[in-house]
Amino acid sequence: MINKLVIENLRHRWVRTLLSALVVGVQVMSILTLIGLSRGMLNDAAERARGTGADIFIKPGASFTFASGQMNQKYVDFIRKQPHVTHVVGVLMQPVQTVLSINGVNIPEFRKISPEFQFEQGGPPANPEGIIVDEYYAREHRLHVGQTLNLLNHNWTVSGIVRGGVLARLMVDLSRLQDLTANTGRISQIMVKLDDPARTKEMVEHFNQLLAGTATAISVSDFVSQFSINNLPALQAFIWVVVALAVVVGFLVVFLSMYTAVIERTREIGILKALGAKPGTVVGILVREALVLAIVGWIIGLLLSFGAKALIMGVVPASLQVMNVPSWWPIAAAIAIGGALLGAIYPGMKAARQDAIEALAYD
Amino acid sequence: MTDGQTPDVIIRVKDLRKVYHVGDVDVHALRGANLDVRRGEFLAVIGPSGSGKSTLFHILGGLAPPTSGQVIIDGTDLSHMSDTERTEMRQRKVGFVFQKYNLLPTLSARDNIEMARALAGYPPQPSNFDEILSMLNIKQRLNHKPRALSGGEQQRVAIARALANEPAILLADEPTGNLDTENSNAVLEILRYLNQKTGQTIMMITHNPEAAAFADRTVAIRDGVIHEG
Ligand SMILES: Nc1ncnc2c1ncn2[C@@H]1O[C@H](COP(=O)(O)OP(=O)(O)O)[C@@H](O)[C@H]1O
Ligand SMILES: [Mg+2]
Repeated sequence: MINKLVIENLRHRWVRTLLSALVVGVQVMSILTLIGLSRGMLNDAAERARGTGADIFIKPGASFTFASGQMNQKYVDFIRKQPHVTHVVGVLMQPVQTVLSINGVNIPEFRKISPEFQFEQGGPPANPEGIIVDEYYAREHRLHVGQTLNLLNHNWTVSGIVRGGVLARLMVDLSRLQDLTANTGRISQIMVKLDDPARTKEMVEHFNQLLAGTATAISVSDFVSQFSINNLPALQAFIWVVVALAVVVGFLVVFLSMYTAVIERTREIGILKALGAKPGTVVGILVREALVLAIVGWIIGLLLSFGAKALIMGVVPASLQVMNVPSWWPIAAAIAIGGALLGAIYPGMKAARQDAIEALAYD
Repeated sequence: MTDGQTPDVIIRVKDLRKVYHVGDVDVHALRGANLDVRRGEFLAVIGPSGSGKSTLFHILGGLAPPTSGQVIIDGTDLSHMSDTERTEMRQRKVGFVFQKYNLLPTLSARDNIEMARALAGYPPQPSNFDEILSMLNIKQRLNHKPRALSGGEQQRVAIARALANEPAILLADEPTGNLDTENSNAVLEILRYLNQKTGQTIMMITHNPEAAAFADRTVAIRDGVIHEG
């Protein structure tokens, strides 16, 4: 019967109930979308590294960083001569637009190491002016095979569209990109394929000894494991700020909603008390109302986050990648409920302390 | 029974005083009231506005503590009860009927009645309750919310709610104060019938002598003191 009262009270002021739940829902959506974006972007980068099919990456410099430097292409031939090495492919990475880079590789060589490199449409470029784009870039820019694409002040012809998750979204012939960007003979990274992946660890050590600080080797699996939120303290801090904000906003909205409800329902609270409702019962009613707001808000937030994901993946999948992160659903629920419970405390206490006689005299 | 109280006295009030402190002023609402009500009696308490009728009603109903004096209801001494004890007493021993009906507006008539039982921790619908609903003539109106009911209907639902937990006493504070003559008479008839049929003890507060005429006995209250009518 108490539950019925809770539901009827919420239904009675349904506009306010819905608005409050919506605000909670938007907070839940912000959290889930932010987490989904973080995971999605990191996962996408990791997938593309894994999708190269290489066992080892080599980058210039004494330590392996995300920053891009360059090295002489002669390293490629040097590595190729090492034992257990079956394929070596050099890549030149050139940033274009904000979050994208165009990668130059010897495409026939690269296809030999990457089994996941598969065309959805078209095929490899017939000449150096061709460009391969991935499905996400094609979707975001509505590209088809044969269309012209201007990047780096150069007109490329789309020769093929590949499945996402391999190396880069934009791939062209290495020499053409080197010439075009005045990087002749230079590359950003080397991809190494071994005859036996079990030798990866051993060979990484071997390469690092040989390269003696001029360049650094890392196994692809170690490289991929670096794509974690834990390695991005700024992102982590940002996530905490959004979570804290969600708690505060949830608290304020539920507080206001419940506080107004208590003022409006002074007489009803008096009636309940006259009928023998204990202070705890009165607090319980308000807490349950707040809980319902939080749970409805959470469900709305979950639905909104699916909507946001569909929107992002439909419109800008090349720039942004979003994943569903179900492990955060209960966390988001806890955040919504936590904020709502905080918001219900003061109105609940106020209602519980209300004097029944005064409340009944109230108009 | 305690204090050598005779078994058929259900309400005993002795030298009851209630002082309200309003700023620096003390308002003496009850100044040594004495009253005995027998089990099964229908008593009217009549008195002018400000004479202390509602104050007496609130103390007997356990809504407010007395300042001094003795109040015993159905063998239970209210004088030194804690807030929690008074709350529990309200759940089971008394049923209230107010001038302003005081139904919960978001619940149907039926749910208003059930709420009284739920708060007392009782299961819904006692077996003999159908009879009372018939007597009150509200059976067809139970699924309506209060705002869809007339004043008379709302007051009859309020009476049903007050009776839901089979209270020792039914306290009614000006129950016909908001009703027209026809509805007033209907409610008063019901109270009298209920009293005669089930032996329900009723104490009704009113400032209207015509309403008081429905009761077995009338006492008058003036300036916080009770006089036998
Ligand atoms: N909560 C209160 N605070 C201060 N004075 C009160 C309060 N309630 C009642 N009084 C005063 O006590 C007296 C008796 O009031 P009340 O019991 O309501 O009388 P009645 O119901 O007979 O009109 C009045 O003088 C009233 O002003
Ligand atoms: Mg009064």
